[in-house]
Amino acid sequence: MITASTGAQYAGILGIGSYRPRRAVPNSEILEQIDSSDEWIQTRSGIKERRWASEDETVLMMSVNAAKEAIADSGIDPAEIGCVIVATVTHLYQTPAIATRIAVEVGAPTAAAFDISAACAGFCYGVAMGNDLVRGGSAKYVLAIGVERLSDITDRTDRGTAFIFADGAGAAIVGPTDEPGIGPVVWGSDGTQHQVISQKESWQEVHGNHNWPHLTMDGNPVFRWASFEMAKAAQQALDVAGVKAEQLDLFVPHQANMRITDAMRRTLKLPEHVKIARDIERQGNTSAASIPLAITAMREAGEAKSGDLALIIGFGAGLVYAAQVIRLP
Amino acid sequence: MASTEEIRSSLAEIVNEIAGIPVEDVQLDKSFTDDLDVDSLSMVEVVVAAEEKFDVKIPDDEVKNLKTVGDAVAFIERAQNG
Repeated sequence: MITASTGAQYAGILGIGSYRPRRAVPNSEILEQIDSSDEWIQTRSGIKERRWASEDETVLMMSVNAAKEAIADSGIDPAEIGCVIVATVTHLYQTPAIATRIAVEVGAPTAAAFDISAACAGFCYGVAMGNDLVRGGSAKYVLAIGVERLSDITDRTDRGTAFIFADGAGAAIVGPTDEPGIGPVVWGSDGTQHQVISQKESWQEVHGNHNWPHLTMDGNPVFRWASFEMAKAAQQALDVAGVKAEQLDLFVPHQANMRITDAMRRTLKLPEHVKIARDIERQGNTSAASIPLAITAMREAGEAKSGDLALIIGFGAGLVYAAQVIRLP
Repeated sequence: MASTEEIRSSLAEIVNEIAGIPVEDVQLDKSFTDDLDVDSLSMVEVVVAAEEKFDVKIPDDEVKNLKTVGDAVAFIERAQNG
């Protein structure tokens, strides 16, 4: 007879942290390499400036800073973290995972640790897995991180994407709670659209020459999928959590593009009092890091407070998506 | 079956809601991009809203041919009759 694991009845997010790179890059700097205008960039994306990492702001450094802030926010002993999950597409090593080094740096040196590739949905995937690991009894606390240095794989001469992508890190501690703190995840994928956001060349294809793979994106189909299909997923996440739009305090979609956020808001018909994350204006699109970065920005601005109910949804290359309702720590 | 004017009027309401263009400006001879300042992303939203409203399918390949309000109304009429 095998003894089955037993976990916590409920889990929630106990702490959140983020790391924002020091250097703000204005649209004027992007325009040195593409034929476009400040007005075009702002009307198509809502982006006024973005943060790009400097040399010392590595994936490891940004992750550790965000994680330490989340640990301090939660008040837990990092030695009790049983699993570290890192969502990223810009840790440019096939192996080993960056999660193991982060575990050492944050004081959880023997925790289970691995990276996941779920692009802009990565943070929500990590939170979903953290919730299940805690409730399943595989870890007391889970550290879920979203981190990107997208500037490393951005084609600075592509007028369709050069202005969008940016760098940063965000982290959450998931642990046991007395009341449900994370709603059921609504998630999925659509591999028939794998080509609309992707790394253009494989590592194999660039082997032996000095080219470098870059991200490409076909904007209109992505906009259509994100604005409408993702609004449906977000609505489902509310429905399965038993939360009405009127009860929400915050809507924090992946900060992909301000136009997508606005289209989702229209489709979801959110009440006026629901505060909407608009971190993209100053931060750009940081993929897996964007949701925790936006939450911490709203907290610092006094727009979000402990106990608030937030609808979060990540969506991106794959295509993949995940949405859930969370209660803020 | 909806008349040309009924389709134009409903489409004008959609364009108004999405892009904030006054309903009376959305006339058959007006170009979405040049006259009404509807950009490519707003056009995607207009197309999706029109698909739902008129119960038709407007393929991505077709959208670039819908230069004027009249083009869109004619496409919707054909799609509804077909």
